[in-house]
Formats: sequence, C-alpha cells, structure tokens
Amino acid sequence: MKKELTRQQYLDLYYYMRLNRAVEDMMVKLFRQNKIVGGLYSSLGQEAISVGTAYALEKKDWLAPMIRNIGALLVKGVRPRDVFMQHMAKYDSPTKGKDGTSHFGDLEDLHIVSPISMLGDLIPVMTGVAMAGRYLGQKIVAMTWIGDGGSSTGVFHEGLNFAAAQKAPFVLILENNLWAYSTPVRKQVPLENLADRAKAYGIDSCIVDGNDVVAVYSTAKEAVERARAGEGPILIEAKSFRRMGHAQHDPAEYVPKEMRAYWEARDPIALYEKFLSSQKLLDAKSKKEIEEKIDTLLVAEREFAENSPMPPPELAETGVYCTGDDCHKIRAKWERPIAEVTPPRSSVKAVWTVAGFGSGKSSGGANAPIHFGDTRPAEHTVGNDAKSANGGKPSAKIPAKVAPKKAVKAASASASRKARR
Amino acid sequence: MPKTNGAGPNGSASNGTQVTFLEAIKQAMFEEMERDPAVVLIGEDVGVYGGAFKTSEGLLERFGWERVIDTPISESAIIGAACGMSYCGLRPICEMQFIDFIVCAFNQITNFVAKGHYLWNAPAPMVVRGPSGGGVHGGPFHSANPEMYFVHTPGLKVIYPSTPYDAKGLLKAAVRDNNPVLFFEHKFLYRRIKGEVPADDYTVPIGKAVVRREGKHLTIISYAAMMHTSLEAAEALAKEGIEAEVIDLRTLLPLDEETILNSVKKTNKCLVVHEDTRTGGIAGEVAAILFEKAFHDLDGPLVRVTSLDTPVPYAPTLEEHFLPNAKKIFSAAKELARY
Repeated sequence: MKKELTRQQYLDLYYYMRLNRAVEDMMVKLFRQNKIVGGLYSSLGQEAISVGTAYALEKKDWLAPMIRNIGALLVKGVRPRDVFMQHMAKYDSPTKGKDGTSHFGDLEDLHIVSPISMLGDLIPVMTGVAMAGRYLGQKIVAMTWIGDGGSSTGVFHEGLNFAAAQKAPFVLILENNLWAYSTPVRKQVPLENLADRAKAYGIDSCIVDGNDVVAVYSTAKEAVERARAGEGPILIEAKSFRRMGHAQHDPAEYVPKEMRAYWEARDPIALYEKFLSSQKLLDAKSKKEIEEKIDTLLVAEREFAENSPMPPPELAETGVYCTGDDCHKIRAKWERPIAEVTPPRSSVKAVWTVAGFGSGKSSGGANAPIHFGDTRPAEHTVGNDAKSANGGKPSAKIPAKVAPKKAVKAASASASRKARR
Repeated sequence: MPKTNGAGPNGSASNGTQVTFLEAIKQAMFEEMERDPAVVLIGEDVGVYGGAFKTSEGLLERFGWERVIDTPISESAIIGAACGMSYCGLRPICEMQFIDFIVCAFNQITNFVAKGHYLWNAPAPMVVRGPSGGGVHGGPFHSANPEMYFVHTPGLKVIYPSTPYDAKGLLKAAVRDNNPVLFFEHKFLYRRIKGEVPADDYTVPIGKAVVRREGKHLTIISYAAMMHTSLEAAEALAKEGIEAEVIDLRTLLPLDEETILNSVKKTNKCLVVHEDTRTGGIAGEVAAILFEKAFHDLDGPLVRVTSLDTPVPYAPTLEEHFLPNAKKIFSAAKELARY
C-alpha cells in the first residue's frame, strides 16, 4: 500500500508547510498591528501534522480542524484570505465576522465542519459524518484532530467509543504537543503514549513523529485507506511540541528551556528541507520559486482581507434560524440504490444476532454494529511502528529516508520529566 | 383526564381514528421514514427493544439497522453524530430515553447544534425527542421538564404538545424543519389520552399556539399535560360563572406572542400554568411580554401556578404536593377573577 510519492507530492507537502507557516507569520504581524480582533493561536512547529494528515484525504472526504490546524484547511482548499479575514472579523470572512479563528466550515464544496471552542465535540460529529457517508454509499472518510488536552474530555471518549462500535470510517489525529495551555501532558494523563487510549475502544492506533511530514503523511494515508475499506476508526498519535504559548498573550514561561531547545532543533520544515535536498527534490532555485509564490500570494490575500469592511452592526440580528426555501441546500447525495434502505429490502428481523457469540472468537464485524464479549484487543497498528521511532519493526522505505530519527518517545519522556520539576 | 375532543387546531372533525399520544408519535416517525429515506432514528434501545416506552416499536423491522440505530449510553455521541449526519443531508431523529438525560448532551445541543447556522451557515435539521414530565412517580431523574434550559438558547425550536393530533403533526413538521427542534413528549399523556388523527398526511405549524377553550373572564396559558389540568379547572370555574379562555402554547420557542396578546387583551387577566418549576419558567417570559405589550390591558396581576422550586420528589405524597393540579389552578383563577 505504501508507495513512493511523486516529486510533485513531495513538493506539495513542502509548499503547504511553508504556506502554513507564512500565513501564521503574517497573522502574528497583523496581531501586533492590532488588526486581529481576538486571540491568535499558533501551530508553529506542528505544521507537518496538519499538512501531512490532510494531504492524505481525497477531495470528497470530510475534515474538521481544531484551532492549530490552519495547515489542514489550506490543504483542503481554503484561501489564506479567509483565514486572515476570520481573525480580523471581516464582513467577507466565511462567518461574516460572527466567529473568528479556524471556526468556519464549508459543507457543500470543501466538506469542512467548523470546530467550536469546546474540545472533543467534533469527534461524535465527524463520526456522524462518517456514518452518513457510509449510509449514502459515498465511500468517504471523516477526519478530525484533538490535542493531548482535549483527549481528556468526556465527549472524546463517548465519540470514539461510538465510532468504534459503529466501525465508522473515521480517522482521529491526536496531536500531542505536550502542553494543554500551561499543564504538561504528564500532569493530565497517566499514560506514556496517548495512542493507548485506543485500546479501550478496541480500535487500531499508532504513533508517529509529528515533526516528520512524510511519516505523518504515509501513516495518515494508510489509516485513511483502511478506514475507507471498512476497517473502522483509527487513532494516530502525532508527537510534537507547541513552540508558542497557548495563544499570543502567553509567553509560555512554564516550558523548560531544554525542552524548547530540543524541539526547536527539530523544526519540521528545516528537517524536511534537509530531506528534500538530500533526495535532490528541492534545489535553491525551486525553493526560491516557492517562497516567491507564497510571498506574492499572501501579499494579495492580505490586501484583500485588509480592504474588507467590518460587518454592519445589524448583521448581528440575522441568521439564528434557517428560514426560507433556499436556506437549506444540503441534499442527501445517494451513491447507492435507495431501495437498499427502504422497505421491503430494508426489512429485518428485530433480534440481535451476534456471530461467534459464546465461541470466544471475533465476530469479524460481519453483523450489525456490535462487539459483544468479543472485542478485539488493539494490538495491531497502522502500517509500521517504526515510523514512529517508537516500535521495534523495520522502517518502511520512505519514512526511513526521512532525516533525523531520534527517539521521539525518549525525547518526550525526558521532556516531560523536566516539565515535572 | 378529560378527553380531547376536536382533532384539529380548530376542533375540526376528521375521518381519522382515535389513537393514543404514544401511537401518534410512532405514526409520525413511521410515516416520515416512509416518506424520506434521509430520515433516520438514533438512540438508546430504539431498535430491537423499540424504545423504553415502545415509541419506535416496529421501526427496526421495517427500516433496518442502518436507519434505526441503537447506540451506547452516550447522549453527547447521539446528538453529535446526528448533527454530523444532518450536515450530509440526513434528517435524524434522536431519542433521549428519558428527556432528563438531554442535559448530558447540553454542550452538543447548545453550543454545536444551536449555533451552527448563525455562525457558519450550517443548518442542522434534526429532532431531539424524548419522554418528559412527572406525575408518574419516576423520581427526580425521570420526571424532569428541562425545556427552559433550551428555550434560552437561540437557534433551537422547542415543542411541547398536549394532544395526539398536535404530537403527530408537530413531530412531522419538526422532521421537515431545517432547524434543530427539541420535541418534548409528556409521558403522563402517552397512554392516558386518545385523540383523533387524520388518515392523510398533515403537519401542525411550529410556533403557533391554539385556543383550546373560549372564555371572557380570564386567560389560562399552559401546555403539555397541564393543558388538560387547566381545561379541567376551567370546567369547574364555569360552574361558578367564570369563563376561562385556555391557550395551549404547543411551541415554547418561538413563542406565539400574537395568540397570547389577543386573548389577554380580551380577558384582561392572565394565569400561567406550567409543570416546570417556578423560577425561570415560561410564565416569567409571558409576564414580560404582557408587561411590555399589554400593560394597559391588564386588570390584575399575572398569576403563576407552577411546580415548586425543588427537584421532582419521588414519593406520591411529595410529588402530588410538588405538582400543580386542577384544584390549585381553580383557587388561583378564582382569586384572579375577583380583580
């Protein structure tokens, strides 16, 4: 299933990581100029996760970003101007100034569900998207992200359990950046690896170096394909580090210097550049071209955003309810015969049938969405453990090429030890 | 329990049959699922078991596992998943096994579902329904009337019907509505009342109250089970020469101000009866509307007959003391009529 990426794909990953960072750099400038109305949250150092995972999705697939997944939005096709205008509360922003940050979506074209500030809520929502896609025969995959912090919410567990019980085509990226605001992960969760959360739901999980974009991509790609094939949800823990504070106001002085230094030396873009040049995929000239392309784009996008007006005050009164015939345009797009879900073909006997029940063997999931007394232990991992530098198996070809393979696990463990002091 | 005579909002007769409140709800779900394959039912024990109160009995047999979805005990997952389904063009009906448990999904409903259209133009056409209310000695966690938590949430619609005709027509309207609709089913009514429902497809408009009994001396505003109690009290008042007009709100959000104002401008006195607890109940909102828009028409104070400001107690003696009843309404109305 793993195949070499094309040169264009390698360069796409590079482009989107650079774009991700450039968009956020520009927003820091806008923030300092008081042009951003609310808070500004940074994904500095985590770009490989947003970009690598979203790049594994197809156009028809659905995603729901969290606050630090601007990169995923860009990959899915969101214009930088929309990101700028959201933060600047402009009238032309996707929410017309009604909400900020990455809190916007696009149901019809890009298939993006907006996050809200309450963490974990997207997990059952995207489970529902995945179930609806399956019901309609669309063969889509739904993906969302959660942080180490958000993985302790109740709805994370309700949602993931339900997704697992339903074998929904759903991929959850658990972005472990070691900090939930000021609280280190070790103070939140008594687990070495947050991927172990998956064991409780009998689903597969794996760990990946979140600063290695090719490893992130190929892990996500395999997870997406397996979810699409009906194998059920998969949890990917991407280990990384939040280089900025919780938001711009937070200098993050609680982060130990050594920890910061360690991760700054593992900048995902710098690592990837090293890999690309070692593979002769990127030379100085094409790097410069990409930089210029991004610069030109962002100057224009920023100008558009700055020229957009603030929303008229009376807009605040509108849109609470969906009224009128053309307000709701979403129609179920059937890609299977409707007759399969309507009588008489839908008719069943209303009894639970649990294949293999009592035999001590796995049901194989052939019957209705139940795992009764035969839940499979989560011993399988997506693809190859070695991608994560955390397992013992030999590494896959592509990830093996990817530059520094320092033990992420050891690093995060020692970092957390430091954090405990 | 008095019978509901007229089927339609105007009491018009039809060629339908007499069905229980519960049967009306089951019919509404069945017919909507027949009509539109985008309609699915999701909840705890709604499939094989047919729902704790048997409101979904037979639906699994007819529509299958993909459309009648048994879930784990995870109200947030039920609401969240339904919301995601609605984004893909489905029209899910969520069942809360008892409406008391809806608060387990409070965040999903009030923050995710309710705000989506306002914030990012994402309508969530879905229904959340379940058995509510007391009088059946269900105790503090199986008797609640949590409607007002949600009436305070812009973006939701809140329905609380009192007759089989309205239950069926409003539930069908809720399924077809493009907004999230909460649909409260008073469990005391499930098998205790019967009413006529038409054989043909029909809906009852959301947001419209109805005058159940005409009168001129005072207006009694109520909904759900207390509507029947109010009618009972109105009959007793009539024997004393007090003709009470009884309004059934049916929808709490949006509230039908027009019907309320028209009645009170005629009777000049208003009594609000609800089974919900007193503080923060819909009576307060009705009072505010009257003070803002009919102050000069009022000949007496606005009077509330409500449950006590306590949890719903378990013992029959305690619960009966907790709840409003026809006698309490009668006394309060008589007092009000003196003004």
